[in-house]
Amino acid sequence: MSSATKATPEVTSARSTPVRLEWRVAKVKAVRDETRHVRTLVLDVPEWPGHRPGQHVDVRLVAEDGYQAQRSYSIASPPEVPSVELTIERLDDGEVSPYLCDMLAPGAGLEVRGPIGGYFVWDVSLGGPLLLVAGGSGIVPLMAMLRHYAAADAASRATVPARLLYSARSADDVIYRDELARLATAAEIDVRFTLTRGAPPQWSGYRRRIDRAMLAEVGWPPPTGAQSYVCGPTPLVESVANILVELGHDPSHVRTERFGPTG
Amino acid sequence: MQTEEMRLDGNAAAGILRELFARDMTTAMATCRGCGSSEPLGKLLDYGHGMGAILRCLKCEAVLLRVVHVRDTIRLDASGTAVLSIGVGTVVG
Amino acid sequence: MSDSPFIARGFHAKRAPAKPDRLPPGQYETRDFPVLSAGPTPHTPLAKWSFTIEDWAGHSLRWSWDEFQALPHQTPTVDIHCVTKWSKFDTKWEGVSLDTLLDAARAAGVVEGDHVMAFSDGGYTTNLPLADVRGGKAWVAYGYDGAPLPAEHGGPARLLVPHLYFWKSAKWVRGLRMLQGDEPGFWEQLGYHDRGDPWREQRYQGDP
Repeated sequence: MSSATKATPEVTSARSTPVRLEWRVAKVKAVRDETRHVRTLVLDVPEWPGHRPGQHVDVRLVAEDGYQAQRSYSIASPPEVPSVELTIERLDDGEVSPYLCDMLAPGAGLEVRGPIGGYFVWDVSLGGPLLLVAGGSGIVPLMAMLRHYAAADAASRATVPARLLYSARSADDVIYRDELARLATAAEIDVRFTLTRGAPPQWSGYRRRIDRAMLAEVGWPPPTGAQSYVCGPTPLVESVANILVELGHDPSHVRTERFGPTG
Repeated sequence: MQTEEMRLDGNAAAGILRELFARDMTTAMATCRGCGSSEPLGKLLDYGHGMGAILRCLKCEAVLLRVVHVRDTIRLDASGTAVLSIGVGTVVG
Repeated sequence: MSDSPFIARGFHAKRAPAKPDRLPPGQYETRDFPVLSAGPTPHTPLAKWSFTIEDWAGHSLRWSWDEFQALPHQTPTVDIHCVTKWSKFDTKWEGVSLDTLLDAARAAGVVEGDHVMAFSDGGYTTNLPLADVRGGKAWVAYGYDGAPLPAEHGGPARLLVPHLYFWKSAKWVRGLRMLQGDEPGFWEQLGYHDRGDPWREQRYQGDP
């Protein structure tokens, strides 16, 4: 049965009839290793109602003895594709991520609930210019936004210029690196990287933590009314959001999603 | 030993609030009883850290909302919120 | 939605704790020390810090930081267990035993109740049975791992009651209030257990 009922970008959860969120058993269609520590699960979720870029799902694991663990994961896929993709960073000391990365092969089941969220959401109808700032795995919900952006028609994209600033530890830690290079060309997204723990010799991007000088260079001038989305570890998100406001951006146009210490 | 503050934000409480209110609540505006400032719930600081959601005012740090899931009950303390304003969309006649 | 839960095969079943006798039910070991706080980190200057034990009849005993530092102190090494399921073994602390403080308070006329409310800078509170803070089971700790307790982990001083879930070990503690009858503190008001014994999985009100 197709799970490809997709909500159009204009339908917001606030305007639809309140609906109880149910746990559904999704089926793993495919897995894809993004980096050494990061894996994407491609899920087929029965009766998936569609989602908006930036939303997340809850994932629940119940062991045979009844023990339960639950975590939230941002949806990496745009609403334009039928499957729901989750990109998961494997934390060695974690309880849930090692299971998701090590134990799920195509055909396995996984309980999910969603989509969840409404504040940290962007789609083309919200306009721009658009600034996305990611730290580490904070790139995941922003990737849903970029994939949605790339799927929009050229006329819509022309009215919403988009920029991404992505901070990662090293070049090997950059998730979706090839796809971002493709999108930079194909969808005319301005993609910039900064590496904080060492760069390869030919590196042309930034080589430090995101700071005011970098955001002044990369960000849109405040009078353009830019929509900014910042996601990643708490210290990065707070630092970047504060700087954007200091640079003159309207605080209500700077949206944040904190992922905790490791992001 | 981690030394950063591990706080999250109202996005982390979106799931439990969705369960409780049957709609997304991260865009609902909450007015702080302490200082009167208003922000969307998604923007508030969440100090729950896996025990529940503790949403605090950005200005004065007072607790606006506390939410905990206990077995098959969700317990909400909204005493720190003077007004909660929830968009329910326009009715087309 | 099906009535029987979907079982995630292979989840948790392989978890073989390194120290099974030391891990309470439902817990897993961590080497990290996660920072969990109900609010922003207060920064009380030591010159303004005090610790008070008080009762409902107006009796109290208070120590300034210098007076507190002059008290006999201990260096307990203990396992700690958070209700969010992580446990950390062999944590090393330095602080004053609650027995020392309670004995002094009693001698100063403070009436003891069966329960106490610990209170902290920032407004956090947690209730405990008095029996769980006496008998060498609890400290007010100002040192961790051989150094002054960092602010993020409760410094200048926090309550340390390792045989109960760690939310009872109130960070930034400023005193204990004797209770005539048990009253719920910050998390207990929302449904967490009044006592919180991890070996009996007393996580929520109503857990036996």
